[in-house]
Amino acid sequence: MTTIKTTYGRRSFIKTTALAGGGMVLGFSWLAGCKPSGKEAALTLPKEWFNINGFLKIGENGVVTIMSPNPEIGQNVKTSMPMIVAEELDVDWKNVIVEQAPLNTEIFTRQLAGGSQSIRQGWQSLRMAGATARQMLREAAAKAWEVPVEEISTEAGVLQHKNSGKSAGYGEFASAAVSIPVPEEVKLKDVKDFKIINTSRKNVDGLKIVTGQPLFGSDYRRDGMLIAMITHPPAFGLKLKSVDDSVARSMPGIKDVFTINTFNEGYERQWCDTSAFPELVVVVGNTTWEVMQAKKALNIEWEKVSEPENTASYMTKMAALTAKPTLTPLRKDGDPAAAFKNAAQVIERTYTAPFLAHNCMEPMNFFAHVTAEKAEVVGPIQTPEFVEKTLSARLNLPLEKIDIQMTRMGGGFGRRLYGHFVVEAAVISQKMNAPVKLIYTREDDITQGTYRPAYHVTYRAALDTDKNLIAFHLRGGGTSDSPVHPNRFPAGAVDNYLAEDWTLDTNISTGAWRAPGSNFIAGAEQAFLDEVAEAAGKDPIEFRLALFDRAMKNPVGKDNDYEAERYAGVLKEVKEKSGWGQNQEGVSRGVSAYFCHNSYVAQVVDMVMEDGKPVVQKIHAAVDCGIVVNPIAATNLAEGGMVDGIGHALYSAMTFKDGVPDQSNFDKYRLIRHSEAPKEIEVHFVKNEIDPTGLGEPLNPPIIGALANAMYKATGKRVYHQPFMGDQQPLG
Amino acid sequence: MATFNLNINGKKQQVEVDPATPMLWVLRDHLNLVGTKYGCGIAQCGSCTIHLGDVAMRSCMLPVSQVGNQPITTIEGLSENGDHPVQKAWLEHDVAQCGYCQAGQIMNASALLKANPKPSDAEIEGAMNGNICRCATYVRIKAAIKTAAG
Repeated sequence: MTTIKTTYGRRSFIKTTALAGGGMVLGFSWLAGCKPSGKEAALTLPKEWFNINGFLKIGENGVVTIMSPNPEIGQNVKTSMPMIVAEELDVDWKNVIVEQAPLNTEIFTRQLAGGSQSIRQGWQSLRMAGATARQMLREAAAKAWEVPVEEISTEAGVLQHKNSGKSAGYGEFASAAVSIPVPEEVKLKDVKDFKIINTSRKNVDGLKIVTGQPLFGSDYRRDGMLIAMITHPPAFGLKLKSVDDSVARSMPGIKDVFTINTFNEGYERQWCDTSAFPELVVVVGNTTWEVMQAKKALNIEWEKVSEPENTASYMTKMAALTAKPTLTPLRKDGDPAAAFKNAAQVIERTYTAPFLAHNCMEPMNFFAHVTAEKAEVVGPIQTPEFVEKTLSARLNLPLEKIDIQMTRMGGGFGRRLYGHFVVEAAVISQKMNAPVKLIYTREDDITQGTYRPAYHVTYRAALDTDKNLIAFHLRGGGTSDSPVHPNRFPAGAVDNYLAEDWTLDTNISTGAWRAPGSNFIAGAEQAFLDEVAEAAGKDPIEFRLALFDRAMKNPVGKDNDYEAERYAGVLKEVKEKSGWGQNQEGVSRGVSAYFCHNSYVAQVVDMVMEDGKPVVQKIHAAVDCGIVVNPIAATNLAEGGMVDGIGHALYSAMTFKDGVPDQSNFDKYRLIRHSEAPKEIEVHFVKNEIDPTGLGEPLNPPIIGALANAMYKATGKRVYHQPFMGDQQPLG
Repeated sequence: MATFNLNINGKKQQVEVDPATPMLWVLRDHLNLVGTKYGCGIAQCGSCTIHLGDVAMRSCMLPVSQVGNQPITTIEGLSENGDHPVQKAWLEHDVAQCGYCQAGQIMNASALLKANPKPSDAEIEGAMNGNICRCATYVRIKAAIKTAAG
């Protein structure tokens, strides 16, 4: 058993305990989490709730409500984070109701969906919230029963005193527990005693999802609410010159047409304020269809502010930058120049990938009601805490006058880190002096992106006469962002190593996209290593294992950003589970391994070619992300991450001509569909007792390498430029 | 503006709207049936799938004026208690990640199974190809359809 000090987040515990005293404190009637709506899940709601701390409240009948602090984008934190609290509280999951917490920086820390960090960084505070409440209940019972607290045990929501035979449900002591002082330290369960963590629990919103209940931002409505839409410049490099709204204004159901500036003049933007088009034309009306029609009737003139860009020109510029003799050196081990000069064989390959749009199925939207006194905003946002600051500056309201409620999100993938649409909704509501829901059309959503940057990298490897890898060199970059991680593998496993990078400015807005940087560089690196292994005459898994062995026994350099043992562990696991080496007739195999977002992944792709198209028959994946909180959901997320990676690598691209996006909807933007998905996926989690790490992102990047390597085996041709099947027409 | 009498989920509904208004927006804005989702507006993603009679239709390109007397079923009316075999299979397989496209997937799958109670893998893929899942839960969707088919 581990004992932890409750100092982390203690401020919030004390604060909410002081507030508590029975009854509902926080009102979110519309967002009432997963209050059961079907027969099976029906729970009797208590007459009274007792707030034990900011994370949970207990009813007099023993039903527990646990707040899920972080935004839910489909990564399943709304189920898995409360599971962690419930584990330490020691309650029966059947008696738990989950509610989405609103933004509250007094109670919760890091209410953000990004970097696959929700579980990892929430782990301690979630456990502490549950354990603290359990301890307070035990103390309340000890006081009433006049026995030492150490003699009181708990099981599934019941307090027990063995010697006296007394027992009581948590509900009976919930009221008394409120007035127990927050303990200075609490004991956490041993991993072996977990009853909820590492057991599969279905999505708490599952029933609502399959019955179409309102859950998402775009489903939100309020009496008197108006619908707003924006029109932005049709090309990057343009801005608004003038608007003729005479037709639009007179159309049925239209309330107003005007322009807004998302940010005040002189405002210094935060990282999450990315928006290429802060000046927008707005149409407000009664219904979505009416506003859509009026939007089309706007007559707008645009003017140039910067040079419009073309896909062809930035590809040329990126190639020139990678080829530049001197670049920013990020890490150098040994003497790479000499090693390459003296090499028996040098392999050099270049890899590229295009801009990508996020394409969340739910286009950007937000509800806002802003008055002179306060701002209330409701909707899908990955970064509520940051957006609150931007809103405060834009609306000139103190933070405490801004109320942000988070809805379930129809996808995030990084797009909803950039909350300009929240500010837009607020500014429109302020101007209309009415509650407003801002909705982007799909076209608005795709053509005003914070795109995955385009990337370009060249790898070189040197082999000596015995085919040993003696030097490794990568140089690359991207539009506004470099994908080069200098301290990742194979740094640390090669004597002579050099990593260099560059970035290229662009007026096309870019940002984080599921596993930023890694989503390109992992595939490139793993495809390159496959070629190097082949040149060295080695099996691709044995080749990598030998490098990990080197990194374990005699690492080069000190800052290697991985544990070679765990890296090798997933590779060995996937080797065994996939039956690597047992070739099946007509099936081509590719392998990869990668470490990012604190988790280790290895994958084997089995592929056949049908009518010239790659068909993935099966994927075997091995994952080391520490303790798996909710296996059924973790497996789902792992599967989705890999299919997503395969889809984008094969089919997807965002291209531009004179600054105008070539793709504005799913008729031209190609996403993977049912018939192209892998036929079967097996995910194996390495069992250990390491604190949990990321899962939303790590499965996505390496699959591109395994896919490319399988394609080579299937076709005899290496693929270097994404999308690999770029000439395929969209299916619909 | 014109008045339309519609039969939605077994209930008679009257709306007064522009005849060109797609059923998607009639459902969402006028009748507060928001289970049917907007994804693309051009019948390319399937998020807005409803049943017109027994047939799966993309409601984003179905003008209200073309519905006539044909009964409409939305995700809210697929079953009374979320216990349609397809809904049950979706819960059993814990299919959803973000969940946004799943109403459309379920409506498309339930229409498929009505027309073809025991579809092959290829028939499932063909029938479901118009429904995009950006979280890429395709493997589970297929498994759930097979479970629902029994």
